[in-house]
Amino acid sequence: MHLPYLSLITFLPIVGMIIVLALPKEQGKTMKITTLLITGIQVVLAVFLLSNYNYSLGGIYDQASFQFVEKFRWIDIENFSWIGRIKVDYFLGIDGISTPLVLLTAIVTFIATLSSWNINKSLKGYFALFLLLDTGMMGVFVSLDFFLFYIFWELMLLPMYFLIGIWGGPRREYAAIKFFLYTLLGSIFILIVMIGLYFSTTEPMADGTKAFTFNLLAMMDPNNATATGILSALNPANLRFAAYIALFAGFAIKIPMFPFHTWLPDAHVEAPTPISVILAGVLLKMGTYGILRVSFPIFPEITKQLVWYIALFGMINIIYGAFCAMAQRDFKKLIAYSSVSHMGYVLLGMAALNTMGISGAILQMFNHGTITAMLFLIVGVIYDRAHTREIDGFGGLAVQMPVYTGFVTVAFFAAIGLPGLSGFISEAFVFLGAFGVRLIRVVTIVSTLGIVLGAGYMLWTLQRVYLGKLNEKWSGLKDLNFREYAMFIPLSAIVIFLGVYPSAMLDLMNTSVNSMVQFMQNIQVYYSSINVF
Amino acid sequence: MNINNFISDLAFIKPELVISATLVIIVLFDLIFSSKKKLLPYISLIGIVVAGYFVINQFGTAVTTFKTSLKYGMVVVDNFSSYFKIVVLLASFIVVIFSMLSSEVNSNEERHGEYYTLLFGMILGMFLMSSASDLILIYLSIELLSLSSYVLAGFVKNTIRNSEASLKYVIYGGVSSGIMLFGISLVYGLTGSTNLYEINTLIQVQNFPYITFLIAGLFILVGFGFKISAAPFHFWTPDVYEGAPIPITAYLSVASKAAGFAVLIRFIKITFVGSTDSSGYWILLNIIDWKSIIVLLSILTMTLGNFAALWQDNLKRMLAYSSIAHAGYMLLGLAVMSNAGINAIMVYFIVYALMNLGAFFVVMVISNKIGSENIDDYRGLGRRMPFLGIIFAIFLVSLVGLPPTAGFIAKVMLFIALIDARMVAVAVIALLNTVVSLYYYIRVLKNMYLVDVEKEKPIIPIKLANGIVMILLAAPILIFGIYFSPIIDFAKNSITILGF
Repeated sequence: MHLPYLSLITFLPIVGMIIVLALPKEQGKTMKITTLLITGIQVVLAVFLLSNYNYSLGGIYDQASFQFVEKFRWIDIENFSWIGRIKVDYFLGIDGISTPLVLLTAIVTFIATLSSWNINKSLKGYFALFLLLDTGMMGVFVSLDFFLFYIFWELMLLPMYFLIGIWGGPRREYAAIKFFLYTLLGSIFILIVMIGLYFSTTEPMADGTKAFTFNLLAMMDPNNATATGILSALNPANLRFAAYIALFAGFAIKIPMFPFHTWLPDAHVEAPTPISVILAGVLLKMGTYGILRVSFPIFPEITKQLVWYIALFGMINIIYGAFCAMAQRDFKKLIAYSSVSHMGYVLLGMAALNTMGISGAILQMFNHGTITAMLFLIVGVIYDRAHTREIDGFGGLAVQMPVYTGFVTVAFFAAIGLPGLSGFISEAFVFLGAFGVRLIRVVTIVSTLGIVLGAGYMLWTLQRVYLGKLNEKWSGLKDLNFREYAMFIPLSAIVIFLGVYPSAMLDLMNTSVNSMVQFMQNIQVYYSSINVF
Repeated sequence: MNINNFISDLAFIKPELVISATLVIIVLFDLIFSSKKKLLPYISLIGIVVAGYFVINQFGTAVTTFKTSLKYGMVVVDNFSSYFKIVVLLASFIVVIFSMLSSEVNSNEERHGEYYTLLFGMILGMFLMSSASDLILIYLSIELLSLSSYVLAGFVKNTIRNSEASLKYVIYGGVSSGIMLFGISLVYGLTGSTNLYEINTLIQVQNFPYITFLIAGLFILVGFGFKISAAPFHFWTPDVYEGAPIPITAYLSVASKAAGFAVLIRFIKITFVGSTDSSGYWILLNIIDWKSIIVLLSILTMTLGNFAALWQDNLKRMLAYSSIAHAGYMLLGLAVMSNAGINAIMVYFIVYALMNLGAFFVVMVISNKIGSENIDDYRGLGRRMPFLGIIFAIFLVSLVGLPPTAGFIAKVMLFIALIDARMVAVAVIALLNTVVSLYYYIRVLKNMYLVDVEKEKPIIPIKLANGIVMILLAAPILIFGIYFSPIIDFAKNSITILGF
C-alpha cells in the first residue's frame, strides 16, 4: 500500500483554494505565494511519480499494470428492484498515456502561476478559481472511472468561464459565454454516451452478481458487454456508431477540431496570459486525451472504420489553422490559430493507430503544451509592456530586448519543428507513423504542407516583430525580469532537452502505446469474429 | 359507513390531523393573543415538525382507508405519499423561515394570522393530494390548495401587481378546475365509480368508448397540468410568480408542484397501469397512450420554459420560466413509465426543492436590500455581496445541472432512466435544453461578476440569519453532489405505490 499520491496531486489545489479563500482580502501577496507553493508541490509530486514510474507496465486496459492505483467504492446503492445496483468507483491510476500529461499539467500550472503575478484585480477570486481549475485538469488525467472523469471534466467549465469573463480583455463576456456554451454542448454528448455505456457494461462483483459499471477499463473488455445493452456490440440493434460520433464530437470541441474551433481564438484573445497558457497548454490536450483514453479502446472497430476521416480532419486542422494564422494581425490570435494547426498533428498521429503514430501524438501533446505555453508567455510579455498586440506595430525588438528575443527564437523554431528542438521529434514521429499506413498516406502527404506553412507564418512574424529597424515608439521597453526568466528557462530547457534526448519521454510511454496498439488489433479481431461489421 | 371504522381510520391520517389542529391553533392564537403575532411562525414551525414526526412514523405502512367500498378507500397511506409529504413539509419549513425574513410579508404584520392559516390550508391540501385515490378527493384537495394559494398570492394588498397576480390565478385556476371537474364527471358517467382502483379494474374487464375516455383523461390532465405548470397550461405562472410575495412564489414553485406531481403520478399509475414487469416498466392498459402524451407535454414544457426564460429581465419571472422548464424535465421521468423514472422524479424533487428555494431566497434577500428584482440592477453585486454571490452561484449552477452539485445528480438519474428505456432522442432534446438553460442562468452571474460598474459601491452587509439559511440550503446541494447515496436510497425505498 502506498500513499494516495494521485489523490494528493489532484486535491492539493482544493486545499490551496480553501487557504486562499480564508485569507483576508488585503493579503494578495500571500495568496500568490500560497498558489505558487501549491503548484510547486504539485511539480515535485509529479516528478516523484515520474521517478517511481515502472517503465515496463502497460496500463491501457489492464488494471494490474496501472500504477499508483487508488480504487474504492464511492457510491453503492443496492437492491433496486429494477436495475439491481448503482455503483460508482473512485478509481485513479496512471499509465504511459496519462503520466506525460500529469507532468505537463503540473509544469504548465506552475508557470502560469508565475505569470499571474501581474494580475491585480480581485486576487482572492482569481487564485481560488485558478486552483479549482487545476484540480479539474489533474482529475481528468488520472481518473479511470467514467463518472469521475466526467465530473472533473465539467468541474473546469465554471472556473474557466469566470477566469476569462472577469479577468479577460474587452470582449471577455462574449468569449467566456461562447467557451462555456461550446464546451457544455460537447460534454452533454459525452454524458449521453457515458450513460449508454453504463447500461451496456456489467462487472462481476465480489458476491458473484454482476452490476452495471462506469469503470472505463471494464468498458473496454467486450466480455463485459451485456447482451441487450444499447451500446453493446452483442446487441444487433446497437447504436455504437452514432455514440462514437457523439463522443468524438464531444472531445473534438475541446481539441478544438475544425469545424468546432471557433471558440478558441475568441477565448484566447480575451483571456489573460496565464489563462491562455493553461488553455493552450493543458485544456486542449484533454480532448485528444479523451479520444485516446475513451473512444479508441472502447470503440476499436468503429475507430478502424473512421481513421481516414480522423486523419482528414487532422489535415484540415493543420492546413486551415496555418492559413488562418498567416492572416492574423493580432499576435495572440496568430498563436491561437497555430494551436489549431498543431493539434491537427495529434489527430493525424492518432489516426495512424500504430506505435510510431500514437507515440508521436502523445509526444506532440506534451511538446505543444510546453511550446505554446512559451508562445503565449511571449505574447504576454510584450503585451504587458506595450499594451498592444498588433504585429505590424512592432519591429526590431531584438535590439531592445535581446534575451527575450533569444527565448522567442527557441520557442518559434521549436514550433516550426526545427531539428534539435522538441517539436521536430513529435512531428517527425507523427508523419512517419501516418505515412506507414496506406489508407491515410495521401492525407499525410498533404499534411506535410503544414510544416512549410508553419515555417512561413512563424518566420514572417519573427521578422516583423523582432527583426529589422527598431520602431522608436518601443525604445523604452525593458528586457525580461527575474520572474520572467523563471518562466522561460524551465520551458526552454524542456524544449531543448526533449529535442536532443526524446527517449526520456518516449520510453515513458512506449510500453503503454505498444500495449494499446496491440489491444486495438486483438480486439478488432474479436469484433470481426462476432460479425459486427 | 360506521363510526367505529371512521375513528380507527383517523389513526392513519395523524399528520393531516396535526396540520388541521395547527391551523385551528393559529386562528385561535391570532384572535386571543393578537398582540403576540411574532409567535405565529414559531407555532407553525412546531406544527410542521410534529406533522413531520408522524409522517416519518408512517413510513413503511401501506393501507387504504376511509373505505367507500369493500376493498378501496379514498385515502392511501404508502411510502410514495409519505415521501411527497416530507418534501412538502421540508419546503413549508423553509418557507416559514423565509416569511420571517421577508420584508414583503413583514410589512403586513397585522394580517399574519391569515397568512399562516392559509399556509396550513395549503399544506393540508397538498397532503391530501399526495394521498388521494378517489377522484372526488383529488378534486377537493386541489381546490383546497388552490383557494388558499389564490389568497396568499395577493397577500400584499397594497401593490397592484400583487392583486393582478391573485386575480389571474383565480381566473386561470377556476377555468382549469372546471374543465377537470367535467373530465371527472365523464369518467364517472362511463365507469360509475370515482375510485381509481375500481376504475382500473373496470378498464381491465370492460370496453369503454375510446374517444370519450381520451377526452375525459385529457380534461383531468388539464387540472394537473395547471398545478405543475406544464405547457400549455402554464400561462398563469410567470405573472403569478412575479406578482406574489417571494416566499409564496417559492412555495408555489416547489411544494405545490410536488403535490401536483404526486397526484398526477398516482392517478396514471393506479388507473391506467395493468402491471409492472421485472425491470420496473409499467405495462399500460390499452386505453389511453399516456406515454406519448406525457412525452409531448414534457418536451413542449421544457423547451417553452427554457426559451421564454432567455428573454426575461425580472429574476422572479426568469425563475418562473425556469421552474416550468424543470417541470418539463420531471415530466420526462413520468414519461418513461417505469420505477426508475419515478425514482428519478423523487430524487429530482428533493434537489429541486433545495436549489429552487435557495435561488428564490437569494432573490428575496437581494430584493430586501436593493428593492429590485431586475437583472440590470444586479450589476456588480457579486463584489458588493461576496458571500451571497458565491451561494447564488451554487444554486444557479445546480439549476443548470453541472457537477459537483446535486442538480447534476438529479439530471443524471433522469437520463439514466431515459436511456435505459431507449428514449435516446428525447434525452438528447432534454440535454440540448440544458445547454439553452445555461445561458440565462449564467446571465445572472455575468451581471453580478463580469460587468464592470463605473463606480464601485460599498459592500452590502447581510443579516446573520439570512446567511445561515443560505448555508443550510447550499451545503446539502454540494454534499449530495459529491455523495448522493442517501437521497437515491431514500427515494428508492419510497416508490412503493399501493396496489402494485
